[in-house]
Amino acid sequence: MAISTAPPAALPTGPASPGPASRRGRGGPRRRENLAGYVFLSPWLLGLMGITAIPMLLSLYLSFTNYDALSPFSEVEWIGLDNYRTMFTSDPSFWHAVEVTVTFALIAVPLKLAAALGVALLLNRAFRGVGLFRGLFYLPSLLGGSVALAIVWVNMFNRDGAFNSLLGLFGVEGAPWVNDPRWSLETLMALAIWQFGAPMVIFLAGLKQIPVELYEAASVDGANAWRQFRAVTLPMLSPVIFFNLVLETINGFQGFTAAFVLSNGTGGPVDSTLMYTLNLYIKGFTELQMGYASALAWVFLVAIALITVVLFSTGRFWVHYADGEDR
Amino acid sequence: MTRSSRTRAVVRLVVLVLILAVVLYPLLWMIGTSLKSREEIATNIGLWPDVFTPGNFRAGWQNFDVSFGRFFANSAMVALLTVVGNAISCLLAAYAFARLRFRLRKIWFAIMIGTLLLPGHVLIIPQYVLFKQLGWVGEPWPYLPLLVPQFLATEAFFVFLMVQFMRGIPYELDEAAKIDGASPYTVFRHVIVPLSRPALVTTAIFSFIWTWNDFFRQLVFLSDLQDYTVPVALTLFIDSTSESAVGPMFAMSLLSLVPVFLFFVAFQRLLVEGINTSGLKG
Repeated sequence: MAISTAPPAALPTGPASPGPASRRGRGGPRRRENLAGYVFLSPWLLGLMGITAIPMLLSLYLSFTNYDALSPFSEVEWIGLDNYRTMFTSDPSFWHAVEVTVTFALIAVPLKLAAALGVALLLNRAFRGVGLFRGLFYLPSLLGGSVALAIVWVNMFNRDGAFNSLLGLFGVEGAPWVNDPRWSLETLMALAIWQFGAPMVIFLAGLKQIPVELYEAASVDGANAWRQFRAVTLPMLSPVIFFNLVLETINGFQGFTAAFVLSNGTGGPVDSTLMYTLNLYIKGFTELQMGYASALAWVFLVAIALITVVLFSTGRFWVHYADGEDR
Repeated sequence: MTRSSRTRAVVRLVVLVLILAVVLYPLLWMIGTSLKSREEIATNIGLWPDVFTPGNFRAGWQNFDVSFGRFFANSAMVALLTVVGNAISCLLAAYAFARLRFRLRKIWFAIMIGTLLLPGHVLIIPQYVLFKQLGWVGEPWPYLPLLVPQFLATEAFFVFLMVQFMRGIPYELDEAAKIDGASPYTVFRHVIVPLSRPALVTTAIFSFIWTWNDFFRQLVFLSDLQDYTVPVALTLFIDSTSESAVGPMFAMSLLSLVPVFLFFVAFQRLLVEGINTSGLKG
């Protein structure tokens, strides 16, 4: 992506500009700027240390202990790899949470991206009201992560909810979607897909970047709409598809609110909505096994990092950059 | 326009309207249900109530020992202070990254980008332990764990957004000011801050909406009913899933979305184009 660390445009430094700084006494302009840099950076540095780095190390330490949040720190016992051993060999809820989370991401993310791309293609034309459509399709992305919308969603898919009433109109008998472990996770997936607006907006921005000449050349060569989509749109859009894929996958793995609302914080029915983060919350804050939950958190972090690395390494084979360079 | 292209345009519009109906249905259904009586919720499957029951809003507002007014006030305070914290701290950090040359800049920047993808859930337990040791959890003022990180530019996304924006401000302005003897602080105050207003507005709006909708951190750190924010209070309705609570629950859910919806109406263009595409430019 456009994440680059290119330095700002050349600043006049070195012997060319000794003037202004020497008037100010000690320290050349470089040193002054160096100091200023750290002054401006200090809140961020403090946050990096206190809110991110130290907690991460503390979490790593806790993951090797039996810390339970109730007893004082002096009674914390180092138990080595026990938490990790328990997790992988004798805690079914861990594997269950992994399965639920991976299933969720594998199904919801591609469908969400497909919906986003499909609607973006429909909207990628100038016609009256296009801005209104775009705005209204985006609205669920703004509201959808809230507790309020999760409540509405769960009620919509209840046994006597609106969805079953709708099915009834077509003579189809519904199911208690939310309370049926075979369907409860699908209910959450539907909520995620409903929020396709955010990736859609990114797709639209990407589609606007594709030069019209490419389509003109393709149609001169006799390519029909499908060929043009395959040969021009998809490759030209692949960096944007990749960007959305990474973002949505990482988001998908972190789904918490809707699963919490659907199951009232339990991950039920029968652990069918036990998303990984929900399991982490239950272990840490309901059962107060904070040592164990820290181990869960570290496994999660490593897993997310690995998935990102895998996505980036596969990207090499299908992401096409116009300038022919890997950025 | 040829006949076939006109047909295609009509088909496109019909398809879009159908998709829009599906997308908007849950929202309209929420509005309708919040105005239905208990009996009607069970029997009337239509979107609109036959008899308007605004009493749901009164019942919901007073449903718990603490009124929803308090929850809204708590949410608003947390969201507004978050806006202030993010705006100030992220702007300071972004200026350093985008415009100043200092030692280890590239390394710090790479670390900042690394924290962009760091899931917040990973840090919640050690942060809880740490804040508890500091005496910040619970009494007397339980919002420090929610707010202090926001004043320390931990929301890397906004730092990144502002860095990208500042790179678009012409460097000649800095240079001209420097030739006149301006220090980096003067350049910041008189060049960067005024010109960064669009990025500040975007940051403010998204800070507000994300904090207003946030649930995980507020759930973890708020334990007294009177300290609850709106999302945490809403989950209390789930515990009492008696049929009678559905109307009031919907009324309060709807009310909780009003601020976000108002932002949407007021800043639609900015919301749609602002943040989502910012990661692609540059």
